[in-house]
Amino acid sequence: MKNMRVTTKDWLDERLSISALNDLVRKKEVPLHRYSIWYYFGGMTLFLFVVQVVTGILLLLYYRPSSENAFESVQFIVTEVQFGWLIRSIHSWSANLMIATLFIHLFSVFFLRAYYRPREMTWVSGVVLLFIVICFGFSGYLLPWNQLAFFATKVGTEIAGVVPVIGRPVLRFLRGGDEVTGATLTRFFGFHVAVLPATATVFLAIHVLLVQLHGMSVPPSLEKQNVRKMKFVPNFLLRDLIGWILAIGVLAALAAIFPWELGEKADPFAPAPAGIKPEWYFLFMFQTLKFLPAKILGMDGEVLGIMAFNLVALLLFIVPFVDREPGNRKRRLIFNVIGVVALLYIVVMTIVGYVT
Amino acid sequence: MDRGEHNSRRLHDFLRTVLPVVAVLTLFTLSSAQKKSSCIDCHSRLEDPRLSAPAKLFENDVHRGRGLSCNDCHGGDPNAPTSEAAKDPRKGYLGKPRALDIPAYCGKCHSDANLMKRFNPSLRVDQESEYYTSVHGKLLKAGEQKVATCISCHTVHGIRAVSDPLSSVYPLNVADTCAKCHGKSDYMQAFKIPSDQVVKFKTSVHAKALYEKQDLSAPTCNDCHGNHGAAPPGIASVANVCGQCHARQADLFQTSPHKAAFDQQGLAECVTCHSNHDIATPTDQMIGTQQGALCVNCHQSGDKGFAAAGHMRSRIDQLIASIDKSNEILSVAARKGMEVSKPKFELKGAKDALTHARVLIHSSSTAEVDKVVEPGLAVATKGYQAGLDALSELSFRRKGLAVSLVFIVFLALLVYLKVRQIESRQPIAK
Amino acid sequence: MSKMLHDSTARSIGPVDSEPTRRRFLDYLLGTSAVATLGAIVYPIIRFMSPPQVIESTESSVIAAKLNEVPVNSGKIFKFGSKPGLILRTESGELKAFSAVCTHLDCIVQYQPEKKQIWCACHNGQYNLNGKNVGGPPPRPLEEFKVNTRGDEIVVSKA
Repeated sequence: MKNMRVTTKDWLDERLSISALNDLVRKKEVPLHRYSIWYYFGGMTLFLFVVQVVTGILLLLYYRPSSENAFESVQFIVTEVQFGWLIRSIHSWSANLMIATLFIHLFSVFFLRAYYRPREMTWVSGVVLLFIVICFGFSGYLLPWNQLAFFATKVGTEIAGVVPVIGRPVLRFLRGGDEVTGATLTRFFGFHVAVLPATATVFLAIHVLLVQLHGMSVPPSLEKQNVRKMKFVPNFLLRDLIGWILAIGVLAALAAIFPWELGEKADPFAPAPAGIKPEWYFLFMFQTLKFLPAKILGMDGEVLGIMAFNLVALLLFIVPFVDREPGNRKRRLIFNVIGVVALLYIVVMTIVGYVT
Repeated sequence: MDRGEHNSRRLHDFLRTVLPVVAVLTLFTLSSAQKKSSCIDCHSRLEDPRLSAPAKLFENDVHRGRGLSCNDCHGGDPNAPTSEAAKDPRKGYLGKPRALDIPAYCGKCHSDANLMKRFNPSLRVDQESEYYTSVHGKLLKAGEQKVATCISCHTVHGIRAVSDPLSSVYPLNVADTCAKCHGKSDYMQAFKIPSDQVVKFKTSVHAKALYEKQDLSAPTCNDCHGNHGAAPPGIASVANVCGQCHARQADLFQTSPHKAAFDQQGLAECVTCHSNHDIATPTDQMIGTQQGALCVNCHQSGDKGFAAAGHMRSRIDQLIASIDKSNEILSVAARKGMEVSKPKFELKGAKDALTHARVLIHSSSTAEVDKVVEPGLAVATKGYQAGLDALSELSFRRKGLAVSLVFIVFLALLVYLKVRQIESRQPIAK
Repeated sequence: MSKMLHDSTARSIGPVDSEPTRRRFLDYLLGTSAVATLGAIVYPIIRFMSPPQVIESTESSVIAAKLNEVPVNSGKIFKFGSKPGLILRTESGELKAFSAVCTHLDCIVQYQPEKKQIWCACHNGQYNLNGKNVGGPPPRPLEEFKVNTRGDEIVVSKA
């Protein structure tokens, strides 16, 4: 008599074709070379995003998105709710860590030319994810409704409003009015917990699926050589896991030793706190605008600065369509230089922003 | 000439004589409706500043705003074109009054209730009679010319309402107005009064409230001395004056053993400890048995008051120490990242108790002081406990973190070993 | 690399003796510490999700007192957010609530049953039962709050 015992695997496989998925995953390989370490950063960013989603959902159980209640609800979470301090601090710290690993991922992909054919769409979806994450950071920052957050949002939306033609309508759309008020808070909350997560899910799915479809890329300089490959499951995945476990440790340490401040409740009528600056990932742009002269060639310096940043953002999208000849060494060199200059600029401006 | 021509000629003649007269009369009535008085006209053009000043000042006078003019006080005829005609005693001209006559001069209207009703029904009409109860009024009646009369404080000709910030009797200006005489030592010598009151007042806590914080409810000279009936309050009634605002302290003092003792010894209430003009912000140093305290000026070691003073001071010191200790530990916890805004707020209750205790010393009763210090200490202790709890929670978190980190690192290590183990059996690379 | 044992059919039947125990031990440790870590992550999450003792976080309305704590012609101080408030019941039985912070120099006011008014002990400031400043130094009236009763509780909220 045939063995009637049906395993769970068989049961699922009959209905969901699990084994097909299984084969796909088991086939995935990761190239091994001296730049392999950079392969970890995409997964780390994804892991930290998952941490954000989990802690974010937990915070949703107690947070109240109105100007009368927001600050008090965060205070409540941090003082009254069991382990509230931990969840809140992890959420705030993980946001910053995620953006840091995202930048590392972006630059490593750039320098390793992982956007070459056929991976252009992976790059484009990645740039979209970059902007989604920045919007996550900007919208989330306002939610505790403290002085710092209020004025950072005021300045940030003010800058958006400076763009000619569309600036004013964009500012009104972001603020939910002409000023930063409770309406802004509600709106930002909507973006932060519904609109952006939905959009992020779509683009993440596209991005990750494309990576699986095309496999891991190999940097052009090593393309010719026959590079060794490591199995994704279990070898690379286990290594990923070590990183993720250590990341949890880092987050717990940050939450316990450097808890995220509550600040003072936002008061729209009090003067802005002295020396106000945005979070570190916006600082280099903020500092650039501070350095620009009031007038450049007859046009408003600040407007030109913002338009320049918008232009750079657009250029970021088309990188794989401009630099698309793997064999062209000169072009590779130019793009490397551009990348190094951009990286240095961001780092230097961020440091300057903190020191002054 | 025919009838028609004759008639029109007569009309022309009529109009030629009548129209100019009508014009002049109209102009005259119009101009007199502007209250142009010959007094102002002449005096404003005079060269001597003493004679032209009244006319110029009168522009801003509160009486002018009510439609009054020179003749309403000085008599005379403002419509007369010449000086003699205007200043005709038969027209009621009174001239410049003597100092002795000034209260009656102003009182002519200001003491007439029926008259004042027409202009300002809520204004008092007893200033003149009140004035004669004052030191100034009594001396004036006795013939002394060098005392303040109505115009000394309210000025003359350019009198502004009390509520006008430019008025010489606006609360912020009163002290300087009094100082015009009371600040001059040679002037006051004749009356054997010191002349340092205003200077002293300006160092006081009341002056700080008035001039720095612009708190118009803070007292100036007239709030304690009275306006028109100005006189220093009697020794036994000082507490009533201070008690207008400091009701609590006054009540406590009146029922304390000090009241009888002070009256018996002729000591001024309140003033004996707090002084009168240069009232400084009270400090805890004022009470107690150590050197520099006010209590030992009368009390000696062994008497009941001495013991009470010592007890009250030590209780207050105890409360202060407890509050400081709690504040300290809560600040430390806050700096280390713990959320302690609620305990910090609740500590304010202890600060409140301290204020109460400082007020209650006026009862000279250790029981009363204890009654507020005890709950204050309880609140402060609670705050301290909250600080301790916050710090212990912090150390619990750090310990918890250390333990979890050990486990996390251990797990990471195990995964690493697993990787090594897997790869030792099967090579990883192809 | 460990030595492989073969049986008569040259099929490998596993590595040297120490290997399986070492591997099993590692797997065991891995399993238990993974479960422990997972537990250490899930435990705070579960505790987080269960509601704490104090359930309200907002300051826009508080339970000032119980009905029987405020008899006729009396007043009581309560905490309203971060500021003190005064709940009082007038002679006619009406409940009223105000900010208890005196508008002169921020002392805490109290209800005076004898004079049926609100009084500030610091400088003898007086307010009537509508919160209007009627005597002494206070320059402005007291802020009035809305009062509702819910069962035997008095709920005070911002007007």
